[in-house]
Amino acid sequence: MADSENRTSTVYHDAAKNLAAKITLDGVDVFYGQKQAVHSVAMQIPDRSVTAFIGPSGCGKSTILRTINRMNETIDIARTSGSIQIDGEEINSKAVDPVLLRARVGMVFQKPNPFPKSIFDNVAYGPRIHGLATSKTELADIVETSLRKAGLWDEVADRLDQPGNGLSGGQQQRLVIARAIAVSPEVILMDEPCSALDPIATAKIEELIDELRENYCIVIVTHSMAQAARVSQMTAFFHMGDLVEYGPTEDIFTNPHQSRTQDYITGRFG
Amino acid sequence: MNTKPTSHTVRAYADELTALSDELARMGGLCERQVADCIAAVVRRDPALASAVVEGDHQVDAMETAIERRVIRILALRQPMASDLRASISAYRISGDLERVGDLAKNIAHRTHELNKSEPLDLTRSVERMGKLVVANLHRCLNAFSTGSADECLAVCNGDEEVDEHYNSLFRELLSFMIEDPTTITACAHLLFVAKNLERIGDHTTNIAEMIHYQLTGSEWRRELPHDPTSMA
Repeated sequence: MADSENRTSTVYHDAAKNLAAKITLDGVDVFYGQKQAVHSVAMQIPDRSVTAFIGPSGCGKSTILRTINRMNETIDIARTSGSIQIDGEEINSKAVDPVLLRARVGMVFQKPNPFPKSIFDNVAYGPRIHGLATSKTELADIVETSLRKAGLWDEVADRLDQPGNGLSGGQQQRLVIARAIAVSPEVILMDEPCSALDPIATAKIEELIDELRENYCIVIVTHSMAQAARVSQMTAFFHMGDLVEYGPTEDIFTNPHQSRTQDYITGRFG
Repeated sequence: MNTKPTSHTVRAYADELTALSDELARMGGLCERQVADCIAAVVRRDPALASAVVEGDHQVDAMETAIERRVIRILALRQPMASDLRASISAYRISGDLERVGDLAKNIAHRTHELNKSEPLDLTRSVERMGKLVVANLHRCLNAFSTGSADECLAVCNGDEEVDEHYNSLFRELLSFMIEDPTTITACAHLLFVAKNLERIGDHTTNIAEMIHYQLTGSEWRRELPHDPTSMA
């Protein structure tokens, strides 16, 4: 079924065509060794909104997500081709420093991964190495603002010197988001950020995502269709390395145009 | 796109959707029979049949409640998406329209007893013709549901114009009848209500067809007719 003759072209809903794009992917292929994991993906991701990538395991959604901050480069056998632009700038060009790129494009993972440092130092780490603060007060300001934006300040303000990994799972995830925000990114990538959290912690992260959307371009990979429906404005459905369908979330969940999308979101796959 | 629940990964979910669709089809069948019977009761001046229709309306109401409960259960426990979501929502709304169709049939049946107190009127035959048209359109609409034909839904909606025309001419006929012979006013007034109820059943049939169309295609479709201020429909 993975044969090339079965590949169908992507269906784009009207609202997914020619939108004011923060990120533009065109003809993106990703290979792991000989195996092609992503086939010629082209899409435009809007700024100041949440775009959800959905699809079954192994469909390439996380792989595509990781092309946006060149995280695939950390995997030896991974090879990416095609054009990926942020604000019209090619991010795969040799002139782009991947470390600086990853400050512009922050990432949050499935499992919260705070550094084995204090809460303060977790958030201050990025601004310090990028030299974003000129004084201690300025650094403290950045830490406070970031923790506030991540909705964590009130819970940790009196124990900033305690270790970050002593927090609950949901708090750790918000700490990691605060850490990503601290370096003033433009894009935040989230790879199943709630899959290790309970429903209350999940709701807090979703509320946070909704607030962050005002200032950032957010791309989220999720296995929970309900979560994609709740938090995103645009949804892209991937299957076997293809972008099958891309459109406004409401349309995708009420009236998908492709039968593969329909089958997946109604639970008829197999 | 096929909207019949097939090969759902969770079989119990598929069973619930199938049961919903079956129950709606049964309710539709019952309402169709109620409408056909209430017209037959009026035309044949059959009080027993009229009483059976009135009695049968309880069953229609019970089915509406059962379908509503089923839909609420599916929404709460399954969070349906896409075609399943559309099927659930349209089942909820269609059952509401069918319940109204049942009420109107019951109302027509009630009038049989009143009409039987007066001499038979020739105009009853026009009501019968209009009734047959309304039943045929409802039948076609329910067929469109079971066969999943969006084109048939559009045909049903277009068919309602003929019902409205029937109603308008019947209205004029009844008026002139009443002017010519005021002793027929009571019977004519009842027939007028019968005709008006049939016209309303036609409108509900159109609503149902629109919802089936939405369920099948995902696109909303509403019949746009130029409003005729002289129309009684």
